[in-house]
Amino acid sequence: MPGTLIIAEAADGAVAPHSFELLAAGRALADEGGGAVSALVAGDESLAQSLFAHGADAVYLAPAGSLDPGYAETGAGAALAACEAADADVVLMGQTSVGRDLGPLMAFKLNTAVAMECVGLTIDGGRLRATRSCYGGNANAEVTWRGDVQIATVKPKAWDALAPDAGRSGTVTAIDATGEQRVRVVSTEAAEATGIRLEDAEVVVSGGRGLGDPSAFGMMEELSGLLGGATGASRAACDLGWYPPSQQVGLTGKTVTPNLYIAVAISGASQHMAGMSGSKNIVAVNRDPDCNMVQVSRFAVVEDYKKVVPALIDAIKALD
Amino acid sequence: MNIVVCVKQIPDPETPASQFAVDEAAKRVIPAQGIAPVVNPYDPQATEAALRLKDAAGEGKITVISLGEDSARDAIKHALAMGADEGVLLSDPDFENIDNFQTAVALSRAIEKIGDVDLVLMGRASADWDMGVAPLGVAEQLEIPCVTIAKAMELDGDTLMVERVLDDGFQTVEVDLPAVVSISNEFGEPRYPQLRQIMLAAKKTVQVWSADDLELEDDEAGEDNRWLELEALYIPQVESNVEIIEGDSPEEQARNLALKLREAKLI
Repeated sequence: MPGTLIIAEAADGAVAPHSFELLAAGRALADEGGGAVSALVAGDESLAQSLFAHGADAVYLAPAGSLDPGYAETGAGAALAACEAADADVVLMGQTSVGRDLGPLMAFKLNTAVAMECVGLTIDGGRLRATRSCYGGNANAEVTWRGDVQIATVKPKAWDALAPDAGRSGTVTAIDATGEQRVRVVSTEAAEATGIRLEDAEVVVSGGRGLGDPSAFGMMEELSGLLGGATGASRAACDLGWYPPSQQVGLTGKTVTPNLYIAVAISGASQHMAGMSGSKNIVAVNRDPDCNMVQVSRFAVVEDYKKVVPALIDAIKALD
Repeated sequence: MNIVVCVKQIPDPETPASQFAVDEAAKRVIPAQGIAPVVNPYDPQATEAALRLKDAAGEGKITVISLGEDSARDAIKHALAMGADEGVLLSDPDFENIDNFQTAVALSRAIEKIGDVDLVLMGRASADWDMGVAPLGVAEQLEIPCVTIAKAMELDGDTLMVERVLDDGFQTVEVDLPAVVSISNEFGEPRYPQLRQIMLAAKKTVQVWSADDLELEDDEAGEDNRWLELEALYIPQVESNVEIIEGDSPEEQARNLALKLREAKLI
C-alpha cells in the first residue's frame, strides 16, 4: 500500500512546528487510506525522535542544509529519492519558502501536479482530494491529480499537531541523493525587527478608500497609537496616494495576522482580505451592513467613521 | 539581451465579494457585471524589472507573452505601454481552463519559438489561483534554473544577482543566465504608462500563436488533459458571527464597542 511522505523542515537543530502539523495531516490520511507515514528531514539522527513522537513511522535523513530555503534544486533530488524509497503516492510539505519552490519542482520532475496552500485533504476512492482557497478567499476549489504522485503544500495552522507520544519509534534511513544546485546562495538574513512592523503588530488599524479623505489617516494613526499598534491601508487608498505603499495590507502588500484588526471604511474585496483574513479578531467600522468586512467581523459598528472613530478614541481613553 | 515577460489577465481582485459569483456546474467564475478584467497585479512589476535591466544594459529587447482569451491583449498592451517592445498572445480554444502545468508547457514552447531568450520574468503568482507554480514549471520545461519571489536584481555579465524574499527574512542568490525569475510586489512601484507611450504601444506588433503554432501535442493542451483536475469550485459558506454594536448615537456605539473590546481583552 503506497504511503505518505512529508517534507519536514528543521532549523537550529529542531524540527519546525509546522512540520508536526504536516505529520498530523499525513496520519489522518493514513487512517483513511492506509499506508505508512514517512518524513524526510535534512540533518542528523537527533531530529528523528520528535518526528516519530508526532506521528512518523519512518524517517529519511537528507544531508544537512539540503532542504534550506534557496536550495530547492538540491532538496528536490533528496525528496524524489525519499519518495521512491518510501513508496509514497502522497507528498505533503509546508507552504513555506521551501515548499513554495520544492513542491512545483518535484511535480514537474515527476510529471504530475501540485496543489498549493491546501486547507483540506481527504482520501476519496484511494486517491487524494484537496481543498484550497482561490480568488483571494472568495472561492474554494477541490482538486484531484491525474498523475501517480499527488503533491500538496499545506497552509500553516490548518491542522493541529498531534500530542507527542515519546513511546513511538521507527526506522531511520539515510538519503544521499541531492539535485544539481544551479542557483548559488550568497547570503541569508533574518528580517530586522525595528519599531512596530505592520507584520508584527498585535493591533492593526487600517483605512480604505471609503475614508474619502487622506487626512483621515491621522485619525487612524491616533487610534492605532493609542492601542500600541500599527496603521495600514487598503491598496485603493495607497493607489490614491493617501498612505505609503509600504503600509499596504493585502494581496500585493503586507500579510498581517494581528490579534485585533480594525478595518475602517474598507468593504473587504479579496485584494484586501488576502492580507488580513488571518487576523484573530476583526472589527469593522462601515456604513454598509452588508459589506464583506462587516460579515467576517466579530464586532461591527454600522455608522459613519467620522463620528465613530473620534468617539472610540475618547471612549478608550476614558477606560483607563 | 532578450527578455521575455509573461503576463496574465485576471478578474479584478478589487471586485466586491458581493459581486463575486461562481458557476458551480461549469466550475468557472462568472465575470462580474461592469468590472473589467485587469492585469495580474504582480505582473507590471515583472515588466518593470525587465525595463530596469534593459535601461541598465543600454540595449535589449523585451517580448511580452500572455496566454488567454482575446481580452488578454489588454495585459500585453499595458506592458507595451510601459515600454516593452513586442507582444505575443497565446490564444486557442484548447488553452481555456488549462492548469498551470499545461500553461507552463505552452509558455515554454513560445519562449523556445522566440529563441535566444536570456531571461524570463513573471509575477510571483497570479492573484486568481494564487499558486506560483508556473515560473518553476517554465524553468523545468526549458531546463534552466528558477529564482522565485525577487525584490531586486542586478546583472553582472551573464550572472544575475537576485535579492529574494523569504517568509522570515531575505536571501541573496546568484544565477547564470538563461534563467527564470519571479518578481514580488516588494520590487517597487511599476512605472505608469504615459499617454505618448500608450500611443506608441498601439503601433507595436502583437503576434497571435495557437497550439499548432507552438507544436503542442493533442494531449498537452485542452481542459480534458489537465494534470490537476478541478473537481469543484464554490463560494465557501462563511457563517457570519458578527455582533453589530448598537447605541442611540455614534458616541454611544463607540463607547459600547470600547467596552466590548475591553471585555474580550482585546484592548
